[in-house]
Amino acid sequence: MHVPDLAGELIRGETVLLKTFFLGIVLGLAAAAGALYAIPAVDQVREASIVKVAPNGGNSETFHINIPIDRIMLGDAGQAGVVPPGLKWPADEVLADVRAELFKIRNARDAVVGVAVRTAATSQESNVIDWVLHLPARGSLFANMDVAPLQGGFRIGEIASGSREFRALSGFMTERWISNDSSEEGAPAGRIELSATYVGQLDSLATAETVE
Amino acid sequence: MKYAVSFLLGLTVGGILFVAGLLYNPFIADRGLSPLSVSNAEVITLRFANVPAESIAYTNDGESLHDPYPEKILQLWEPPIRSTTAMATVMRDARNRVAGIGVKFASDSESTRLLTGRAIVDSVWYIYLPKHGSLFIEQTENYFPFVREVAFPAWRSSANSWRGSWLGDLTAGPGALGTAAVTGGSGRVKGLRMEGIESISVRAFSADTGLVSSEGRILVELPETLDGIED
Repeated sequence: MHVPDLAGELIRGETVLLKTFFLGIVLGLAAAAGALYAIPAVDQVREASIVKVAPNGGNSETFHINIPIDRIMLGDAGQAGVVPPGLKWPADEVLADVRAELFKIRNARDAVVGVAVRTAATSQESNVIDWVLHLPARGSLFANMDVAPLQGGFRIGEIASGSREFRALSGFMTERWISNDSSEEGAPAGRIELSATYVGQLDSLATAETVE
Repeated sequence: MKYAVSFLLGLTVGGILFVAGLLYNPFIADRGLSPLSVSNAEVITLRFANVPAESIAYTNDGESLHDPYPEKILQLWEPPIRSTTAMATVMRDARNRVAGIGVKFASDSESTRLLTGRAIVDSVWYIYLPKHGSLFIEQTENYFPFVREVAFPAWRSSANSWRGSWLGDLTAGPGALGTAAVTGGSGRVKGLRMEGIESISVRAFSADTGLVSSEGRILVELPETLDGIED
């Protein structure tokens, strides 16, 4: 009479079960590592850049800010028209002559592509108007404007520094206020137009000669 | 059936082991001492409130951990800026006097690689110090040590919060020594190229509301040619 080896079958069954479990662990580790490697943790949304070739070389790009709908913050010591309501601008006298504004910036297609800060300050040593434009998918630009406006209401300034895509570029930027004459309901009061012209950084002649 | 359950259980345990290994990986070490801490050069030290509700203004997409401040501030909901935060804050000197104003823009970076312990944020600071001029600071920040040592323990705790003392450098580049690139824009620092580093100290963090008690610090190393600037 055949007696089945129930104990042996049970042990074999448990062994297979255990092996399946360990296989699951290994595959779980591999799947997690593979997923983390293959799937990007961050995927920035990009708007296509609208860059034109400037007549005198380099490239130019225009941004604008619709006022007041794109203004995130306006702070100055006057406290009269601060944005948003409830903003507490520091009362310290060090910041008495400083005015800072944060904006959303739009490209030529009127799509929001980044954020910017404009700071205007008057001091005994010098007056300052600075812009920093931050385009998340591309990088940032830092420009110092000449305080005195040019004919036509322009201000022009040098691109002093940049990050990522803009790190290797220099050039200049202009700002201009364009008021809106439209009588449409809800139309912005106007817009600030920023035009950046980029050129590659020039190597000094001495450096070039040394390389040769 | 039991084999399928065993396999799925194994997969889950494998995934959990992977996350645990990632968080407690001894090969992903903190960089330790900031290179500017051992510099002999003169430095500008700036401190700022790192908790959004203690800043002048803070905004994000409105759905992130920290609430925008003040309440009615415009939110950054448009897709290209949804993973960006903007903060304006008072900058104080080493003696805790108001030194100027700072604005920080920070965006999640596509160079993030959690597998190698890099939770990267691309950020820039614009700082205006009436006595010295304006500074532009460009940096990549690595938040992985912060997540590992503060945020994850807070999330794991039954109270969803963390209390303690954590001090760490966030700046991880673009400088070769893990320093930020600093450009002087106006005033006495106009045209200068410098290095800097941002660090934060955290004393309380909530997994529900974010930073509860925290202070930030920026060190900017001045070139030797520039004298006469005090912190």
